Order: sequence, then structure tokens, then C-alpha cells
Amino acid sequence: MDTLLQQLINGLTLGAVYALVALGYTMVYGIIGLINFAHGEVVMIGTMVAFTVIVSLAGSGMPPLLILGIGLLISVLVCMVLGWFLERVAYRPLRGAPRLTPLITAIGMSMVLQNVAMIIWGRNYITFPPMIEKHIFHIGGATFTNVQVAIVTIAALVMSGLIYLVHRTRLGMAMRATAQNPQVASLMGVDINRVIAMAFIIGSALGAVAGCMVGSYYEIAHYQMGFMLGLKAFTAAVLGGIGNLAGAMAGGILLGVIEALGAGYIGQLTGDFLGSHYQDIFAFVVLIVVLMFRPSGLFGERTGDRA
Amino acid sequence: MNDQLRRTVPWQRHWLAVVLITVVLLAVPFVAALGGQAWVRIANFAILYIFLALGLNIVVGYAGLLDLGYVAFYAVGAYVYALLASPHFGLHLPFWVILPLGAGVACLFGMLLGAPTLKLRGDYLAIVTLGFGEIVRIFLNNLNAPINVTNGAQGITLIDPIRIGDFSFADTTTIFGLQISGPQKYYYLLVALAIMVIIVNVRLQNSRVGRAWQAIREDEVAAKACGINTRNIKLLAFAMGASFGGIAGGVFSAMQGFVSPESFSLMESITILAMVVLGGMGHIPGVILGAILLTALPEVLRYGIEPLQDALFGRMIIDPESLRMLIFGLSMVLVMRFRPAGLWPSPQRRRELAESTR
Amino acid sequence: MSEPQILLAAHEVAKHFGGVKALHDVSLTIRRGEIYGLIGPNGAGKTTFFNCLTGLYKNEGGHFVFDGVKLAADAPHKAAEVGIARTFQNIRLFGNMSAIENVMVGRHLRTHAGVLGAIIRNRATMAEEAAITRRAEELLHYVGIHERAHDLAKNLSYGDQRRLEIARALATEPKLLALDEPAAGMNGTETEALRILVEGICRDGVTVLLIEHDVKLVMGLCGRVAVLDYGEKICEDVPAVVQKDPRVVEAYLGGSVA
Repeated sequence: MDTLLQQLINGLTLGAVYALVALGYTMVYGIIGLINFAHGEVVMIGTMVAFTVIVSLAGSGMPPLLILGIGLLISVLVCMVLGWFLERVAYRPLRGAPRLTPLITAIGMSMVLQNVAMIIWGRNYITFPPMIEKHIFHIGGATFTNVQVAIVTIAALVMSGLIYLVHRTRLGMAMRATAQNPQVASLMGVDINRVIAMAFIIGSALGAVAGCMVGSYYEIAHYQMGFMLGLKAFTAAVLGGIGNLAGAMAGGILLGVIEALGAGYIGQLTGDFLGSHYQDIFAFVVLIVVLMFRPSGLFGERTGDRA
Repeated sequence: MNDQLRRTVPWQRHWLAVVLITVVLLAVPFVAALGGQAWVRIANFAILYIFLALGLNIVVGYAGLLDLGYVAFYAVGAYVYALLASPHFGLHLPFWVILPLGAGVACLFGMLLGAPTLKLRGDYLAIVTLGFGEIVRIFLNNLNAPINVTNGAQGITLIDPIRIGDFSFADTTTIFGLQISGPQKYYYLLVALAIMVIIVNVRLQNSRVGRAWQAIREDEVAAKACGINTRNIKLLAFAMGASFGGIAGGVFSAMQGFVSPESFSLMESITILAMVVLGGMGHIPGVILGAILLTALPEVLRYGIEPLQDALFGRMIIDPESLRMLIFGLSMVLVMRFRPAGLWPSPQRRRELAESTR
Repeated sequence: MSEPQILLAAHEVAKHFGGVKALHDVSLTIRRGEIYGLIGPNGAGKTTFFNCLTGLYKNEGGHFVFDGVKLAADAPHKAAEVGIARTFQNIRLFGNMSAIENVMVGRHLRTHAGVLGAIIRNRATMAEEAAITRRAEELLHYVGIHERAHDLAKNLSYGDQRRLEIARALATEPKLLALDEPAAGMNGTETEALRILVEGICRDGVTVLLIEHDVKLVMGLCGRVAVLDYGEKICEDVPAVVQKDPRVVEAYLGGSVA
């Protein structure tokens, strides 16, 4: 039986991934109030593209880390384009519409992306070729691998980069202003279209990184993986407070830990009535509980003035 | 719109349309049977989905509540029927007991779900209902240990068909020399139910409650100021929609003879929602059109696409199932972009949406 | 001890938003059958007061006593239930419903037909529907827009929209009608017509609470006036006295109130 520490370590790793994906949701929702249903699929495509690149270069004799790096880079680029495309073609024309319209569009795009992925990469689970030699570390009765360390470190670096971007650059200021009040921001000379596009692009880039992490960590990928992952990451964003970047990060990590602990202990908690295959329920339960009792999330939401 | 129709169309034409539609409706199962009983079953499913879409129409179209987990009520109704009329628990209660019971249980679920969540704003409500639908499905899939309630992924089989005395809806009967098969009998039952649901929808729309729903959709704050208890009224919409889902589920169980969690996926919820939204939200003819299109399309695809791809490319590039999903997703995006009020919206709704999208 | 004369008494109502004190211990009394004005510079807290009264906001301090009963209006529909109806500063009509349908929605509160009645259309329900339609027509007549009964609310002229909102509020059978800047954007003729309408409403037994900026209208219409400034009540008296009060004059930045 895994120890508490082990669960925490696993939860932290999972949480780092959720955090990166959650940021994508929260940035978009914070600025235009849309749940980008297709974001999970963008992450999935990131994983798939990385897989294709890695597999193509695997036999070429390049050092594995370089292959991984190239895979990551191309994956990020593809997803950025995809994110830009989603915004430009599917969402921008619908900007004034009532909530339901872009939501349906988002669901539709999600389905399209899923099926395109299925056509390209097939229905079956695909396995990532092992690229990194795993080193296992021990600490206090639990184990963790260098892959996990890499995931958490890269996630931390990327998130710091994002915070820097949002709080220290002009683009970041423009984004914050637009999130607060788009009309006034545009009156002040901010190019709203560009800001919104950047939110999608950056969010998608983060998602691609997360997708690569998922591929490296679990070593398998599937065209339907985006759905659950996306839903849970969205839960994490809501948990932390939608629109709130720090909230998304904290929410992601927290959700990862909750899920790991829950899956580990659910048997004991319910007298073996519910087994660990109920794992997916945790995210939903957390979501419902948060929305019922504290809809603005743990750290408060930031969506600005919306009439 | 009804007023205008009556003024411009002479009453003879009105009655002619009604007679024509009645004749067509009565003939459908026999025409379909020419292609095999499978086509009768397809027609039955189309009507079942009309039923479901009209139920969801009350929630989404009238009250303006985004429900992405409607399939949960369908599932509840189906499983209530399955558990009470099959060898699984050895119970064989008659349909006129179980169908209302299923509706009641689904209604209860609707109220349980709605009570804490209807105050949430649109997109959040959508996600929560989606989560609820998934939770129900996961439970249905796993409640087979330690006590076997739902028989897990294998589902429940050998469900009793609907029976009135000796007249069973499952076998073929001969009436006045005409042979009517099981599916054909179910067809007439479904049409009768669908007509009832249509009448209920129409009457609700033009009533005190229907006006309250529309008011809430238009401006919830103003509606509250008028003394409308918006929470209760929304709950009412939810409960009504859920009840219809429950009845549909029961009929589905009886008709199919078998239920499993597979039939109640998120895709189902989205499909039913698409029928309402793409057909014409809140507009009964539009919703019916949406239901028929989205039920017929996969079947047409299945029969047409293989030979077409063979002829064009010499082999199958995309299998019908993924093509169906692809087209489905694309149509959602395209319809929302170019006809956001749906393919056949009420004139009012088209006005509402024409102004908000540039 | 409630005097039957007093319809609404506000006792030290306080409301703040974060650090900003929007209402600071505001107390006032409105007598049955009067037209009571609430004025003050922009941002003084008048609409906030309305919103607290009608349950849209929850006030942090103080309470209201309406018709002898302490008001627990934590939800707007409850305020309407006890007999407080309101209009909105920015007009909140049901745009895509016709004028008569808007007023019919106003009748919701005092009618009962439920889902069952709607579906089976029994005699009682149909009778109620007919009564609702009749009353809505009467009210449209009363405010003078019956010719536009079947026009969509959003297609009505500005002045007609204001009247429609009043008709809808009256449909709830209020004891107190709270009007939030009903004359905003109206010209002289329209304002005069509004004055006559409000006087008529008061004569017909409804007490009126009026927020307004149009000083001439307020002074001509209201029996008593309260002045808010920065969330505090600085004066409460008959118009003639209020007009001359130095604090009031100062609050309006020396603007003439003649």
C-alpha cells in the first residue's frame, strides 16, 4: 500500500500537469468569459504531435534529450497555431452572442479535433517510445523518478515565466486590463483582438507542454484523453478561482493531490463499497461542491465587469 | 406566428395539412418495413429522440438553462424500468406502474440536481450538469459490487416488453388481416406519446409558467422584481424536463429489451442538446426537425458512405462512425456561425440572435 | 408601535461595498398615500437604497419596517410579494415579449396557475388566463399605451417603454411603487404626462417613492422629499423647505434649485 508521502508525490506530479492546462482555461475565461471546451483536445494534439516527432526521429541517432526537445518545440508550435485558429475562426465571429452559442461551437470544435486525431493517429492507445533512462530516487519510504522531477521543475519554470509575462510586460498589462474591462481597455488603445488571440496562443502553448509531460509520464496516449483531462483541469481552474492565474496553479496542484489521495484511500473510506475505479468522480464532486458553496473559488475569481 | 398563419392560410389548407400529416404518420411503419424491420426501428428511435428533445426543450429552450447531462434522467428512467420488469430482481411490474414511477424518480433526481445548482450562471451550470451526467454513468457502470444493483457494464437484459393483458408489444399480431410487427406497434405508441408531449410543450409555452420562463430568459433581475421566484420556476423546468426523460427511458428499456451504461454517455446528452439547439431552440417544429435529422443522418451515412468512398477512392478512408462525429461537430460550428437561432427557429428567436452576432 | 399612517420606515440602513460606505445609517419614513421623493447628487446612494429595499442587495446594518412588519427581503421576489414594486434606472423590460405580455408577467405574482393547470387547461386556469389578459389590457390603457399592446417591448419608444415598466410594476398590486428616475431622458411634454400619471397612481391608492434628478418634477409632485449625499440623509422635509436648506444647496455644489 502506497504511503501518504507517495500519494502526495504522485499528486504533485499530476497536479503540475493539471495546473498548466488549467491556466489555459482560466486565461481564456478571464478575458472573454468562454469555457474553451476544445482546450483539452488541443492538449491531446500536443501529445500526439510530440509522439509523431519522437517516433520519426527515434532511429536517427540524435541524442534522446534533443529528440524530446524538438518534439516539445514542434508540439508547442503546432498547438499555438491551433489555438490561434480556434479563436480566429470559431470564436471571434461569435463575440457578441449569448453564452450558449460559443459553448456549442466549442463542443463542436472539440468533437472535430477528436475525430481528426482519430483519423490521423488511429483508435488505439499509442505507446511512447522510452526516451529517458529512468532514475529512481527514494525518500522516506516513497519513490520518485527523474521524470517526475523534470515535470514539476519545468511546470514551475513555465508558470514563473507566465507570471513574469502577465505582471511585467506590456502584453501582460494589456491582458489584465482587457480581463477587467474590455471596452475601457480598447479605448485606452489596447488591441483587444490581439490580446484575446494571445491568451489562446499562450494557453495552447502551456497545454502542449502539459501534453508532452503526460506522454512522457504515462507513456501512452489516446485520441480521447483530452476530454477527461480537460474537464479535470477546468475543475482545477474553478477550484482556484476562474480568471485567477495563481488560483489556477494552486487549484491544479490541489486537485492532483486530492485525486491521488482519494484514489488511494477511497477503498478504506467507504468500507470497500467504492473502489478506485470511481477515481474520476473526485474531480466532479470537487467541482460540484466548489460551485455550490464557494463559486468564486478558493482565491476569488477575476472576470472583471460584465454587464 | 399561429395568428399570422391563420390569417393568411385559408382553413381548408390548414385541415388538408393535418390530414396529410396524419396519413403519412400512419403509413410510415409500413413503408419503412419494405426496407426491413430495421428501418421501422430507426423510425422508432427518431420518435423517441423527438420525445427527448422536446423534454430538453423545456429546460434549454423555454427556461434557458444549459443542461449538458440530460442523459442522466433518461438513464434513470431506463434503469428503473429495467430493474422492475426483468429477471434481474425477479420483479415484473406492469408498465402503467413503472413508467410513472420512472418519471417520478427522474423528476426527483432533477430536483436534487437543480436545487443547489440552478443559481449558477450559464456555463457553470452546463459543466455541473455534465459532471452529474457522468457521475450517473460511472455509478451505473460500477454498482455491481458489493451488491449487484445495476449489473455494471453488462447491463440488464430480458426486460419485459410493454404488455396490455395478452397484447404484447414485442410480437407480431394480426389485426383485420394486416400483420403488425412488434416494432411497428411500438411506433404507434411512440407517436401517441410524442403527440402528447408536443401538446404539453405548446400548452406550457402559452401559459403563466411559460411566460415566467421566458421572462427569466430575457432578464432574470427584472423577473425577480416582478415577484417571480426564479429558483422555483427554474426548478420546475428542470423537474419537467427530467420527468419526460424518465418516461422516454422507460419506453426505451421496454422497446430494446436491454439496457447498459453505454447508451447513456456524454455523447448522448450532447446529441440531444444539438437536436434542440441546431433544430431551433424553443421552437417545436424546429426541435422535431433537429431530432429527425440527427437520427436519420448516421443511418444515411452508414448506407451511403461506404459505397461512395469505394467509388471515389477505391477503399474506405474514414469509417462511418468517425465521419458522423466529424460532420456532427462541423455542423455545430457552422450552424452556430451562420444560423445561431437554429435551422428552423421561431421568428422571434431569429430576431433575438440576429442582433447579437455581427 | 406602528402608526397606521406610516407605510415604510427605514431604520439606520447601512450598506458598504468593500471600503466604500454607500449608505450610512439612513433613516426615513414614508406615509401611506404620499408621493415621497429621494434626491441627491449622482452617487449619493439613492439606487443603492432602492436595491436594499427591494432585496437586490443585502444591507449590512439597519432594517426596514413595511406596513408594520419588519422586512426580511433577502430576495427581490419577496419584496414584490409584500407589496413593493419597482422600476429600474436603465429600464429592464422583457424586450422580445410584447407590451401586453410584459404586463401579464407582472400578474404572475398574484395568480396561481401551475404546470398542471397549464397542461390540462381546466376551467379555472382558463378563467385566470382571461382575467390576466383583461387586467393587462386595463393597465396598458391606464398608462396610455394600449395601442401598442402587441408590439415588442424593445420596439417601443423610450417614453412608452417607461410607461410599460410602470404598468408592469402596477400589475403586481403594490402598496408602494418605487420609481427609479422615471423621467430620465424625457422632454418637457413627456415629463408633464408622467407627472399626471404618477399623481393619478397616488390618487388611486398606491404610495409612491420617487428617485429623480428633474428638480422641477420633484418639487411639483412630491409631498415630502429626502436628500441623500454621500450615503447620508442630510434633509427630510417638504420641498419648499428642502429647497432652501443650505446643506442641500451645498451638496448640489451651489447649483440653483429654483
